Amino acid sequence: MNRNIVISFGFHITLVIITAMSLPFLSKKPINLPLIVSVELIQITDKTNIPFAPKAKKIIEKIKEKEKKLVSKQAPPKIVKKEKQDAVPLPDEKIEKIKEIKDEKQNPKKVETEVKQVSEFEKKDIFDPDSIAALIDKSKVESAEKNKKLEKVTQDQDKSIDFSGLSLSEEDALKAQIFGCWSIPLGLPYNENLLVRIKLQLKPDGSIIRSEILDHARMNKPGQGFYKVLAESALRAVKLCQPLRVPSTGYERWKELQLNFDAREMLEG
Amino acid sequence: MLLRYLLLLLLFLLPVKAFALIEVNITRGNLNPLPVAVSPLSIDDNSKNGLEKILKTKNLGAEISIVVENNLKQSGLFNPLNKDAFLQKPEIANLKPRFEDWNLIKAQALITGKVTLVDEKLRVEFRLWDVLAGKEIMALAFTTVPSNWRRVGHIITDKVYERLTGEKGYFDTRIIYVSEEGPKTNRIKKLAIMDQDGFNNKFLTLGNELVLTPRFSPTNQMVTYLSYFRNLPRVYLLDIETGMQEVVGDFPGMTFAPRFSPDGKKIIMSFAKDGNSDVYTMDLENRIVERITNHPSIDTSPSYSPNGKYICFNSDRSGYQQIYVMDNNGKNVKRISFGKGIYGTPVWSPRGDLIAFTKLHKGKFYIGVMRTDGTGERLLTENFYQEAPSWSPNGRVLIFYRETKTNSKGEGFSAKLWSIDLTGYNEKMVETVTDASDPSWSSLLNN
Repeated sequence: MNRNIVISFGFHITLVIITAMSLPFLSKKPINLPLIVSVELIQITDKTNIPFAPKAKKIIEKIKEKEKKLVSKQAPPKIVKKEKQDAVPLPDEKIEKIKEIKDEKQNPKKVETEVKQVSEFEKKDIFDPDSIAALIDKSKVESAEKNKKLEKVTQDQDKSIDFSGLSLSEEDALKAQIFGCWSIPLGLPYNENLLVRIKLQLKPDGSIIRSEILDHARMNKPGQGFYKVLAESALRAVKLCQPLRVPSTGYERWKELQLNFDAREMLEG
Repeated sequence: MLLRYLLLLLLFLLPVKAFALIEVNITRGNLNPLPVAVSPLSIDDNSKNGLEKILKTKNLGAEISIVVENNLKQSGLFNPLNKDAFLQKPEIANLKPRFEDWNLIKAQALITGKVTLVDEKLRVEFRLWDVLAGKEIMALAFTTVPSNWRRVGHIITDKVYERLTGEKGYFDTRIIYVSEEGPKTNRIKKLAIMDQDGFNNKFLTLGNELVLTPRFSPTNQMVTYLSYFRNLPRVYLLDIETGMQEVVGDFPGMTFAPRFSPDGKKIIMSFAKDGNSDVYTMDLENRIVERITNHPSIDTSPSYSPNGKYICFNSDRSGYQQIYVMDNNGKNVKRISFGKGIYGTPVWSPRGDLIAFTKLHKGKFYIGVMRTDGTGERLLTENFYQEAPSWSPNGRVLIFYRETKTNSKGEGFSAKLWSIDLTGYNEKMVETVTDASDPSWSSLLNN
C-alpha cells in the first residue's frame, strides 16, 4: 500500500517537474512570431485612365517608403543573376520564376507587383517606378495643353458673346435691377398670354434714349385692358430703373436691348 | 447695267458688322405697394362756401381726397404718399403737374381733381397721371347731389384701381352684417348695412327677432337672411330700398343658409326635416321649389359658381364635414376637400377660380381658399374663432368675422369684421359701430 503511494507520488512529482520545465516563460529563447503583413485595400475604379496617375504616384511613393522600412528590417531581396535575364527563358525557368514570386510573397522584392494590386490603370506608365517623374512631367505638359485649349475656348466664347448676348453675370445684374423697379399689377389674370416686349435704345451710361412697346397696336384694341396695364407698368419700371446697369464695355453690342416682361410666374404664386 | 452689277457686288463685299438684338426676359418684379400721390382736389371759394353750408364740411376737395387715399391704402396695393411732401398746389397740379416735383417724392402715379358746386349739384372731376411717363392716363367727371360725396370718392378709387391694376375695384360697395350688442347669453342681433369702409352705417331691423346669415343679391339691392317666424328659423327676403320683407316659401320644417343664384332669380338654401337637411332652390318669380340633393347626411351652405352651372356645399356624408361640388341639378357630386380637419361655409369666388372656406383643425379656425377642383389649398389666416368668409365683388378680398376675448386675461367677448386679401398679408379690421358678425359684400353699386 505504502509502496504504491510512493510510486504514485513519484510519478506526480515527475509530471509537475516536466510541466514546469516546459513552460514558455522559462525558456530564454525568443519566439519567432510570423511577421504582420499590412495589406492596404484600395478601391479600383471601374474605368482607369490617365488623370488618376498623380494619385497612383502618391500611392506608389507611400508603398515605396513602407517597402524601404520593411526591407531594412527583413532579409535583403535576392539578387537576380544577369545571365538569366539576358538568356531566353525556357519553360522550366518560367516555373522557377513563378515559384520565386510565391516564396517572396511576404517579402516583396519589387514594387511593380504592388502597383498592379493598387490599380491597373496605365500599366505601361506605372510599371516602372523610375519613369514616374517623367510621367508627372508628361501630365504637366498635358494639363498645360489642356489649359491652353480651354483658354482658346473661352476666347472663342467671348467672341461669340460679342454677337449673341450679354454674359450671365451682366444679364443677372440687369435683371436684378429691373426686378426691383417693376411693380407687378396684381389684378392681372395669370392664365392669359400677357407678354410685353419693349425695345430700348440706350446711351453708353445706360440711360434710355427711346423706349418702344413692340406690340403697341395691341394696347388700344378692345378687350386688351390687361395688356395695356401690364405694358404701362413695364414702361414705368424701365423709366424708374434708368440708368440701367449695362456692361462698361461693348456698347455696340447692347446699345439696343429688348426686354420681355412676363408676369405669369409671379401671378400664379 | 454692268455698273449696277458692280454696285451690287460691292454691296455684298462690304464688311458688315451686324449685332443680334439682345433679349432679356423679366419674369419677376416686386409686390411692393405702388407709391401714389393723391393731391387734395382743388375747390374755388364760392363752391367751398356753398358746400360748407350744405354739408357742414370745411373743404370737400380735401375730404374726397382723404376717402380716395384711405381706400387705396386699405387695398394694400398702393402706398399713398404723405401730403406734407407735396410741392405743387392742388389747383396748379390739376391743370398741369410739374412731373419733376412728383418724381422727386418717388410718386409713380398722381391723382388731381377739381370740385365745383353747380346749381346745387356737386361736380367732381379727377385726373390720373403717370408721373414717370409724364402723361395723363385718365380723366373723368361726376355730377351728383352733394350728400353723395363719399360715394364719389369710392367711384374715383374704383376707376384708379382698375386703371392701375387691371381688375375692377370694390370700393363703391356696401356690406350687410349682423350687428350684435349685449351679453353673450342675451345678445341682441340686428341687420345692419354700411359702406365698405365702415361709414354710413344703418340698422335694417329692430332686434326683436334673431337674424343670421344675411346675403346680398349679386344683381340688385335685395338681401336674403335667416330669421325666426313662429319660433321656426325661416329664410327671409328684404328689399333694402323699400324696406319690404317677406318669408321665402312655406316649408314644413326649418330653412336656413340662404344664398342668391348669380342671376339673382333663385334662392338656394338648406331645408331640414326629421333630422335630415338637403339643398333646395326656389325660383323667386314663380315660387317653384326644387330639391337638389337627396342624401341622409346633412347637406348645407350651398353656393353657386358665378356661371350658375355648379354648386359647392358642405356635407358630412363621408363621416366628417367636407366640401363637395356638384352640377346645378344635383348630379355628379364630387368631394373636393381632403385635408385634415373639418371644412365648412364654402363660397365660390366671383371670378370663378377659387372657393373660400372655413376650416377647423386642432381647435383652431382658419379662413382659406382652394381651387374649384380642391387643389392648391391655402390657409390665409388662423385664429381662436373665425368664420363666414364673403368675397369682394372682384374676388380679391375676403371679409369674415372673428370672435376674440376683450382683455388679455381671456375675459369678455367681442366679435369684429376683418378683411384679408388673397396674398394673406393684408389683414385689416373693418370698423363697425357695434360688434359684428356674418358679413356679406354687395356687388358694385355703379355697375
